[in-house]
Amino acid sequence: MLKALQIEPAKCTGCLQCELACSWENEQVFNPSKSRIKVFTFHDEGRFVPYTCTQCTEAWCMQTCPVDAIVINETTGAKEVIEEVCVGCKVCTIACPFGTINYNSSSGKVIKCDLCGGEPECAKACPTDAITYVDADHTGLARMRAHAAGGD
Amino acid sequence: MDHVIIGAGPAGVVAAETLRKLDKSAGITLIGDEPEPPYSRMALPYYLVQQIPEEGTYLRKTRDYFGHRKINLVQDRVTSVLPDEHTLRLDSGETMRYDKLLIATGSRPVSPPIPGIEQEGIHTCWTLDDGRAIAASTGPGAKIVLMGAGFIGCIILEALAKSGADLIVVEMEDRMVPRMMNATAGNMIKQWCIGKGVHVLTSTRVMAIEPGDGHRFKVILDQGVPLDADLIVSATGVRSNIGFLEGSGIQTETGVLIDRNMRTSAVDVYAAGDVAEGIDFSTGDYSVQAIQPTATEHGLLAAKNMAGLDARHKGSINMNVLDTLGLISSSFGLWMGTDKGDSAEQVNPARYQYLNLQFEEDVLVGATTLGLTLHVGVLRGLIQTRVRLGKWKERLKADPSRIMEAYLACTQPVSINTGLF
Amino acid sequence: MRQGVIEMAWTKKILRINLTEGTCQAEPLNMEWAGQYLGQRGLATKYLVEEVDPKCNPLGPENKLIMTTGPLTGTPASTAGRYSVVTKSPLTGALACSNSGGFIGNEIKNAGWDMIIFEGRSPIPVYLYLENEHAELVPAEDLWGKSVWETDELLHARYQDPLLRVACVGKSAEEGCLFACIVNDMHRAAGRSGVGTVMASKNLKAVAVRGTLGVGNLKDPRRFMQVVAEAKKVLADNPVTGQGLPTYGTQVLMNVINESGALPTRNMREVQFEGAEQVSGEAMHEPRKSDGRPNLTTNTACFGCTIACGRISTIDQNHFSVVNKPEYWINSGGVEYEAAWALGPDTGTADLDALTYCNFVCNEQGMDPITLGSTIAAAMELYQEGAITKEDTGGLELKFGDAEVLCKLVDLTGRGEGFGRDIGLGSQRLCEKYGRPELSMTVKKQEFPAYDPRGIQGMGLAYATSNRGACHLRGYTVASEIMGIPEKTDPLVTEGKAALVKAFQDATAAVDSAGICVFSTFAWTMEDIAPQVDAACEGDWSVEKMLETGERIWNMERKFNLEAGLTGADDTLPKRLLKEAAKTGPAKGMVVKLDEMLPEYYELRGWTADGVPTEETLSRLGL
Repeated sequence: MLKALQIEPAKCTGCLQCELACSWENEQVFNPSKSRIKVFTFHDEGRFVPYTCTQCTEAWCMQTCPVDAIVINETTGAKEVIEEVCVGCKVCTIACPFGTINYNSSSGKVIKCDLCGGEPECAKACPTDAITYVDADHTGLARMRAHAAGGD
Repeated sequence: MDHVIIGAGPAGVVAAETLRKLDKSAGITLIGDEPEPPYSRMALPYYLVQQIPEEGTYLRKTRDYFGHRKINLVQDRVTSVLPDEHTLRLDSGETMRYDKLLIATGSRPVSPPIPGIEQEGIHTCWTLDDGRAIAASTGPGAKIVLMGAGFIGCIILEALAKSGADLIVVEMEDRMVPRMMNATAGNMIKQWCIGKGVHVLTSTRVMAIEPGDGHRFKVILDQGVPLDADLIVSATGVRSNIGFLEGSGIQTETGVLIDRNMRTSAVDVYAAGDVAEGIDFSTGDYSVQAIQPTATEHGLLAAKNMAGLDARHKGSINMNVLDTLGLISSSFGLWMGTDKGDSAEQVNPARYQYLNLQFEEDVLVGATTLGLTLHVGVLRGLIQTRVRLGKWKERLKADPSRIMEAYLACTQPVSINTGLF
Repeated sequence: MRQGVIEMAWTKKILRINLTEGTCQAEPLNMEWAGQYLGQRGLATKYLVEEVDPKCNPLGPENKLIMTTGPLTGTPASTAGRYSVVTKSPLTGALACSNSGGFIGNEIKNAGWDMIIFEGRSPIPVYLYLENEHAELVPAEDLWGKSVWETDELLHARYQDPLLRVACVGKSAEEGCLFACIVNDMHRAAGRSGVGTVMASKNLKAVAVRGTLGVGNLKDPRRFMQVVAEAKKVLADNPVTGQGLPTYGTQVLMNVINESGALPTRNMREVQFEGAEQVSGEAMHEPRKSDGRPNLTTNTACFGCTIACGRISTIDQNHFSVVNKPEYWINSGGVEYEAAWALGPDTGTADLDALTYCNFVCNEQGMDPITLGSTIAAAMELYQEGAITKEDTGGLELKFGDAEVLCKLVDLTGRGEGFGRDIGLGSQRLCEKYGRPELSMTVKKQEFPAYDPRGIQGMGLAYATSNRGACHLRGYTVASEIMGIPEKTDPLVTEGKAALVKAFQDATAAVDSAGICVFSTFAWTMEDIAPQVDAACEGDWSVEKMLETGERIWNMERKFNLEAGLTGADDTLPKRLLKEAAKTGPAKGMVVKLDEMLPEYYELRGWTADGVPTEETLSRLGL
C-alpha cells in the first residue's frame, strides 16, 4: 500500500518546523527558503496551510521534462528529481499546476518533495499532526489529488 | 496493429511510450531523421556551455530504453504520405505500411529573406549538429551577432554570452521576447541583459550580411554602423515541418490541422507537437504553439486516441519560461490581456521584478512574471481550472504577489480543509 | 563548507548601520565576547555598554539601537525564533532589552547576521531593506505617519514578496509616546521600555528583511538534532507547555492569579477583580451571543515553536469599538495575559471585545499594552481623585470600568492626539505632571505587569531589582510560587525568595541570550537547555557555564544602570504595595515585605548594602 502525506491545515500553528526539517534533510542547512514544503499564512483569516507536492498521478512535471530527469520511485510512488540529469530548464516549474516544483537558483536545478524516500521528515517534525504520512486511500486524499487541474 | 510515428522529438517519444503502455503487443515504429538517439532541443543551450555532455540532451536516459519497450527506432526521412494506402515513402527508397500514423515532425528555424544569409558560418541553433558547430566557433573574444531575441534567441543568448564572446543581439521588434512579453517586461529583460554586458539593439533590422574586413562577416543594419561578426546565429522564428505532406491530401495551414482527438483530415492519421495546430486553451482556436509542454500533452493525447480511446483535448495553455543571464521570466495564456478583461500589475524596475495578471471577470486568463521562481506553476493551475477568484480578485489587484494565497484559498483541495471560503 | 552557509550557530557577522552617514557596514562578531555573553540579550548588551555612554540622552543620536539574535535563533530548537532589541530606555533611563518572537529573528539570522547595530540619526525618515548581504537605507517619507499594519502592507506590496519580514514602529513612536514598541510580523512586539520610541527618534521607520542563506554548521549536528528532539518531547509532555499554553495561551493565568489574590485591580488598589472570568483564557473559547463565534480563532506559533501559545482572535463585529470599521473585522493577535490584565482588570474593564480591540490598536500603532493599560489606570485614579478633570481630558470622564472611555484613550494615544499625549508619557510622568506621583504603579518609571506582589512576595523583590524596571520577564518567580515550577514555594512568605529571585534572574538572562523563549522554561530546566546550546555552539556550554553567563550578564546590566545614575534607592516599590494591605483573597492583610528580602538579595549577589557590585564580584565574573 502506497502512503502519502496528509495535510490538515486546521491543525497547523505556522511554526515552520516542517520547513526546517525539510531543508535540513535535503540541503543540510536550516533554511525555509530551501524547503520543499511551505506553510502559507492567511493572516486575516487566522489560518496556516502547509503545502507540498501531492505526487499526483498526472505527474505534469515528469511528463514535460525534456531530459527525463524526473522519475517515479517505485517504492514510495514519489516523483523524484535526479539532480545530475536535471539541466535547470524550468519547464516543469511552469507545467506543474500546483506550483510545487521550484527552481533553486543556487544549485541551478529544480527541487520538489520526494517523500524523503518513505520517511518524510516534515511529518516527523510536525508538533500538531497537521502533517501525517498515511495510507494513500485515506479519506480525502483521493479528492485532494483528483483536483489536478481540470484541463486534462 | 502497427503504429508509426514520424518525428523523434518529445511529442513522438511520449506518444510511442504511451502507446506501449496502452497496448503491449502493437508494433511501434519511431522514425527520426537525425543520427542521434531522440534528444531534446530544450537541452541544447546547456550542451553548448558544456554543462552537460551530449548524452545529457537525450530524451530518455536508460540504456536501450526504446529497444526494451520494443519501440523500433528508424533513422530515415519520410518523403511522402499516402493516406489512402496507409503507406509512407522514405528517403531510403523504402515504403512503410501503417495502421495508425502520427505526424510529429516538429518545426525548424526559418531563414529570414536577407541577402547573404545562406553563407557558411551563419548558423541556426536547432540541432545537436548546429550546437557542435556553434560551440566550435565561439569563445572568449569572438564577435557574435545573434539575430532575433525571441524565445529561442534568448535561450541561446545565455550560452553565447557565457562563452566569453562579445555578443550583440539584433531584434526587429521594440523589445526582447516580443511574442512572450509585453513592452514593460520585454524592456526590463533588455535592460538586464545590457547590464550583464550584452549589447542589445531593438527596433533594428538586419538588411544584409556581407564578407567582413578583419572579421568573417559585416552585418549591415537599417540604421547605424555595420557590425563585425565572426559568427552569426539566426533565431528569427520557427515553422512547422509540413512540406513532405504536400500532395498527401492532409489539410494544413500553418501546421497540420487536427480536431479535438488529434485526428488530421486523413483517416488514421494524427498529428502532435510543433507540427500540429492544436487547440489553444485560452482562445479556443487552433494554432501552432511550438512549446515543450504542449508537445508532450499532444503526444500523450494522440497516443490515447490511436490506441482506441476517446481522449479529447481541452486545449493547451501557451506558456514559456526563460532564463536570460539569471533573470527568470515566464508568461502564461492570454498574457497580453483581452478586450473584455482587466488586469493587475506590479513593476519594480530596480529589482527586476514584474508581475502582471490578466482577468476576465474573476477568472485568471493570463500572466507575466519576472524574477519569480517560487510556485510559479500555480499561474497555470489558476488559468487551467478557471477557478473563480471571488474576493481574491480585488486582493490580487491590490497586491498581485499574493497569488499563492489566492490559489490555495480558491482551489479545491485545500479549501476543503481550511474553510477559507 | 557550503557556500553561503554560516558558521557554528553564530553567523559571526554584525551589520552596523550609521544612520547619520547613511552607511551600512559588515564587521566580524567579537567571538571572545560571544564566549562570555553567548548572544542576543547578553552579547548585544555587551556591545551597548562598550559603545554607549550610560548617561546619554536615550532619544539623542548618541544612543544606539541593537537588533540581535541568539545562537539558537533559526535552528529547529523549539521556540528558537527570538530576537531582542537592546538600547537605553527613554522611559526608565536604564537599560532596555525587549524580546520578541514572530519570524523576523530567524529572517535576520538567515540573512547572515547575528545583530544589526543602528547608530546616529538619519536626516530624513528611512527604512532598512536587508536581503542577505545586501543592506540599503531607503527614504521612507511615504511611510512616515503610517501605522504598523499599513507599513507592513506597503512594504510587502513594494517588494512583491509575501515572505518579507517587517519590524517597524507605528504612529505612537513618531509622536513621542514613551512606551512605543517595535512590532514585527503584524502582532509580535519588542514591547517594553520604549524601544520603538528610540527607533523613531533615529528617523528609522522600519526594518524589512529577507534571508535565504540558511543557518547551519553546528558544532555537532547529530547530537544537536537528538537533544532538540528530546527537548521537544519534554515540552509536548508537560501539562503547561503541552496543553495549557496551546489551549489558553498565557491567558491560562487570569483565573489562577485572581484566585491567588494577586490580580492587581483598578490601579493596584485591589488584588482581585470581579470580572476576571469574563476576560479570561476560558472566556476566549466561549461562543459569542451575537455571531456564535468565540473570540479565539486559533492558537499560533512563533518561528520554530512547538508550544504555540499565540492567540489569533476576532472582535465581535457588532461591538461598539468596531462599528463601521471593517479594517478591524479580521483575525489578528489576540490578548495575551499581561495585555488582558493591564487593559482589563487594572482599568476595571470586563469587556473582552474592548480589550481585544485595544490590543489590536496596540499592535497597529505600536504601543506596549502593559504600560498603556497601567497608565490609563493611573489616569482613572487621578480623575477619581480630582487631580485631573474633564478640562484636561478633552471632555472624557475617566471612570474605572468604562470600556468606551478605555477604547477612546487607546485610540488617542496611538495617534498621539489630545489627552493621549499625556497618556503617552507613561504613568510616572503623568502622575508627576498632575501632582500625585505616588499613584504611579511603577519601578524605575516602568509599569508593573500582572502579578500583585502582595500576593506573590518573590515577585516584589523581582520587580524591585529588575534591570529594566518593573517586569515579569526578568525573574518569573510566579512559576515557583504559584505553579510549582521547578518546585513549589509559598507565595506569601519571604524566606528563601532572595535566592529564588537571583536564580531565576540569572537563568533567564542565559535563556534570553540563547535565542529561545523564556516560556520554554515552564517545562525546560537548564539541564534541557544547556545541551542544545552546547551541541550547537563552539565552546563548552555546561549548565554551570550557562548560569555563570547569566550572572555575568545581570551584573553587567546592573553596572550600566548604576553608571546611568540609578542607585540602590531605586530598588523599591510604590508605597501602595509596601504600606496598603491587600483587601481580599489569600494575601488579605499582606503588604510586600521588601525589606526582609532585599539585603539578603544584595548579599547573595555579592553587592554592597547600597546595591553596588563589589570589586570582587566584578572580577569573579570578568567584568
